[in-house]
Amino acid sequence: MSNANPFYGRRKSRSNLMMGLCMAASLFGLAWLVMILAALLWNGVSGLSLDVFTQNTPPPGSAGGLLNAIVGSLIMTALGVVIGTPIGILAGTYMAEYGAHGKLSLVVRFINDILLSAPSIVIGLFVYEVMVVRMGHFSGFAGAVALSIIVIPVVVRTTEDMLNLVPNQLREAASALGMPRHLVIRRIAYRAARAGMVTGVLLAIARVSGETAPLLFTALNNQFGGANLNGPMASLPVVIFQFALSPYKDWQQLAWTGALIITLSVLTLSILARVIASRSRQ
Amino acid sequence: MNMTVAQSAAVSSARPMQPAGAQREMPNAQETAHEKISVRNLRFYYGDTLALKGISLPLYERKVTAFIGPSGCGKSTLLRILNRMYDLYPGQRADGEVLLDGENILSPKQDKNLLRSRVGMVFQKPTPFPMTIYDNIAFGVRLYEKLSKAEMDERVESSLRRAALWNEVKDKLGASGQSLSGGQQQRLCIARTVAIKPEVILLDEPCSALDPISTAKIEELIDELKAEYTIAIVTHNMQQAARCSEYTAFMYLGELVEFDETSRIFTTPSDQRTQDYITGRFG
Repeated sequence: MSNANPFYGRRKSRSNLMMGLCMAASLFGLAWLVMILAALLWNGVSGLSLDVFTQNTPPPGSAGGLLNAIVGSLIMTALGVVIGTPIGILAGTYMAEYGAHGKLSLVVRFINDILLSAPSIVIGLFVYEVMVVRMGHFSGFAGAVALSIIVIPVVVRTTEDMLNLVPNQLREAASALGMPRHLVIRRIAYRAARAGMVTGVLLAIARVSGETAPLLFTALNNQFGGANLNGPMASLPVVIFQFALSPYKDWQQLAWTGALIITLSVLTLSILARVIASRSRQ
Repeated sequence: MNMTVAQSAAVSSARPMQPAGAQREMPNAQETAHEKISVRNLRFYYGDTLALKGISLPLYERKVTAFIGPSGCGKSTLLRILNRMYDLYPGQRADGEVLLDGENILSPKQDKNLLRSRVGMVFQKPTPFPMTIYDNIAFGVRLYEKLSKAEMDERVESSLRRAALWNEVKDKLGASGQSLSGGQQQRLCIARTVAIKPEVILLDEPCSALDPISTAKIEELIDELKAEYTIAIVTHNMQQAARCSEYTAFMYLGELVEFDETSRIFTTPSDQRTQDYITGRFG
């Protein structure tokens, strides 16, 4: 068809217009990310020093670091993932392998989707009611439980999706050797879906490590550090929240530094997840 | 069919326990082969749809039986009943009888995993497991036998040799099974099936995803395997059926139109539809 055709010409200019709009929208979205990263680097890097990783949060006016917050975040995130991952994997396995079209699966899938988008502050309040009020005090353990409730739906979803991607022929081939169902799942389906499932867990960690709301009501904060799960526990997001709102310059600086640390760790986890996922696709 | 019901029942009752019976010589073996599997009045349903409308045919021991017919005629469905593969899916059911050495494998009492260890299956698409070549074979063996390292090595080697793959992979048994070419993967799947010493091997269009050279290798393999195994093969390739099999079943729309010796099916079929199909007039 020649370019002289007016119908074709109009279609072509419309196509160019649409492509221009799409590119503008992408750039607009990307610009915010770049600006956030730039602001974080600009304000955060100057505060980075060994002290940040070796000293606890200071009282206003004196020097200190973020050690207790980093340690608390690591402990609660790790515990939350340890609690949430097995539950998520088992539930996802049930839905993908056993009850694919069953009523129970439909219900669980629906509830899981709601949980996936539930505001995290609601989860924090729930754990506050169920654990903190009954125990009579804030605790790192309650914080970990709140985080695990956020981990579960993410892992359930990725596990189910990844298992659904495993070709049925592989399951049939394994069954054709006389392999019982549980072995087909554990040895064949899990192995084939492993990279995707690991990616899901990494994404869940990334999601959880920046959560503030669920920890405010459960782990609260603790200036003195320590790894006592039975007492209040510091975490990076909560410390950032408090320090950023404070009137003290050095606290604000620490908040910037903490924000930079969290962002970089989440970014690293996301990139790692992408690398693992793309490698398995080859 | 060459054998009466009474005869085949006598054979099966005289047969103490497998696999000793596999080597049993028939008194009148010179003219009739042992009926390893007897399909009797088999109906199969996908939900409410009747996919097989009362099929009866024998699979003779250590012979190759080919199933031909246009797509959707039910030949793969029939194959998937012989190891109860359909049981993986709810809503699929079979009635009638499928006797394996005289025992009805459709009976609810039949242990499906044990059945599948006796009736192996190779699929249309190669399905290597996501593990090493060695483990692809050892994995199935470990389900039923406890072998020492040396015995397992030997089993892996002999299975790979039997599948005509040993020379190509002997130096990279630790490589992933999925790194092999399509034809090699399919031979790996055959080796894996042979390794657990089944009595019957079902081949569901085993060459449809392969190039002509790999296809020729697999056909050679089938020819060697039939010395020890009862083989059923579904194929869309008429020449393949003619080359590989002793018996051929022509199926159409869920019915068995004709079952006979392959030479007769391809030269003097008794049914007009068979004639039309093999001459390419429809299908």
